[in-house]
Amino acid sequence: MNIGAHYNYWVAIFLMMTGFYVVITHGNLIKKLVGLNLFTTSVFILYISLAKVKGGTAPILVPGVEVYSNPLPHVLILTAIVVGVATTAVGLALVLLIYDRYGTIEEDEIRLKDDSL
Amino acid sequence: METFLILASTLCISIGVFLGITGAVGIFRMPNFFTRLHAASVTDSGCASMLLFGLMLQSGFTVATVKLCFILFFLLISSPTAGHALSKTALSCGAQPTPLPREER
Amino acid sequence: MELIIDITLLTFLGLTALAINRIDKLFCVIMLSGIYSLLCASLFVTMDAVDVAFTEAAVGTGIATVLLLSTIGATETEQRSAPHRPLFALLVVCVTGAILVYGTMDMPAFGDPNAPIHQHVAPRYVQQSQHEIGSDNIVTSILSSYRGFDTLGETVVIFTAGLAVVGLIGFRGMQKFGDRQRAAGVTQNEMEQHLVLRIVIKMFIPLILLFALYVQFHGDFGPGGGFQAGVIFASAFIFYTLMSGLDAAMRVVSPRTLSYIAALGVLLYGGVGIATMLMGGNYLAYNVLRHDPLHGQHLGIFLIEVGVGTTVFSVMVLIFFAFSSRKGLRQ
Repeated sequence: MNIGAHYNYWVAIFLMMTGFYVVITHGNLIKKLVGLNLFTTSVFILYISLAKVKGGTAPILVPGVEVYSNPLPHVLILTAIVVGVATTAVGLALVLLIYDRYGTIEEDEIRLKDDSL
Repeated sequence: METFLILASTLCISIGVFLGITGAVGIFRMPNFFTRLHAASVTDSGCASMLLFGLMLQSGFTVATVKLCFILFFLLISSPTAGHALSKTALSCGAQPTPLPREER
Repeated sequence: MELIIDITLLTFLGLTALAINRIDKLFCVIMLSGIYSLLCASLFVTMDAVDVAFTEAAVGTGIATVLLLSTIGATETEQRSAPHRPLFALLVVCVTGAILVYGTMDMPAFGDPNAPIHQHVAPRYVQQSQHEIGSDNIVTSILSSYRGFDTLGETVVIFTAGLAVVGLIGFRGMQKFGDRQRAAGVTQNEMEQHLVLRIVIKMFIPLILLFALYVQFHGDFGPGGGFQAGVIFASAFIFYTLMSGLDAAMRVVSPRTLSYIAALGVLLYGGVGIATMLMGGNYLAYNVLRHDPLHGQHLGIFLIEVGVGTTVFSVMVLIFFAFSSRKGLRQ
């Protein structure tokens, strides 16, 4: 089990699981969204680690360089980053609306208010 | 000439690293908001400028040096402005620059 | 040497993630998430993904942090509840993590040039893109030409997010009547108070706009392109809003204009596809746009990047205006 070979992937999985933990345990809506951000960014790290070629360079054609890193995951992750921030923006808009309606952004208090209606 | 440039750039980068560590230690050890802000500004202005200057010495007369010059100019203006904005806000929110001695309270 | 940098950055990322989990003050959590994004961007640079690093730094650190800060400005700044059932969650998380780690055992080693991912489509992109598309930045040529449909979908997603935010929150309207002085932006007294900030911001806004245009048009030759350029352009407007207040910024470009510009960007992108169909090719086949396939590709990529840039810029500013016009934040 070569540690150097898979270290990047394991750290990406550790970050993914930390983000997952933040989403499922904390009741504050904004913290959940930050945890979700953590999760998505760690997935990006995983993909970009897959794209790296040893001895390669950035995929911009330069005369004299033969080996380039794989550009395809870069394109996919570019799209994913922008879509991720769009999702965060809509999520935050929903948080603002929830705050208007319930006066709080803590899940327990929202559930109490809902139950008492 | 080459070795002089490499020596000078290594010196600059080492000074930058030292200033960065100093700033980081200062943020933890300083007692007051404004002293901590000063420590942070050491990192912003001193460490970043020294690092960029060292990198400029290493890349010689290329386009990269011009770009590094632009970045240095931008950092030298925006970092102190950020520190100024922070301290102004802190002052208007009530943080005191020095803690009052006991008998003057 | 690269390995040491890699390991250091990944360790810092792990520590930042753990700190985000533990801290209760939301302001600190948001700042830590900004630091996390910047560390990710540095990690992407060491892994040769310069375009991705640029986008992560601009979008992930810039826009996400600004939006999160606007939200806690309008709601609450401290987390009040304790974690629910932390031990059970830890168990679930560990089991899931173990399964995923087991799944990575079959994956190729980090940096292996013989991995299956590098064998099929990627060599064709790397070797043929100069000949077929003519742009130096392979990522831009894949993004705009080979995978143009995906980018069209992404632009529509950004547009939809802007629609959703405006539909959910909307704007509280500009001050049409009432206090003239407030409507004029900032009073003389406030202007003198924030003199340093105003001068520095005034100096920087044209440089930021120029840099955004540079990034937009140099997407072919270096890291850059429509997304990053749109975000940097939007950040100049956000800067202006911070300096002069929301009303003055809304008079520079009103939300109505921004909605039109956003729709125009998506229309431009889709319109290029329709134009290529009308000229005899497939949807978004830029070869038919000009007499020569390479010139056609250049024109097609230029037009769609402009479309992407305008949509991203207008949606980001629109979302920022919507968030800033909440009652808790209006000054």
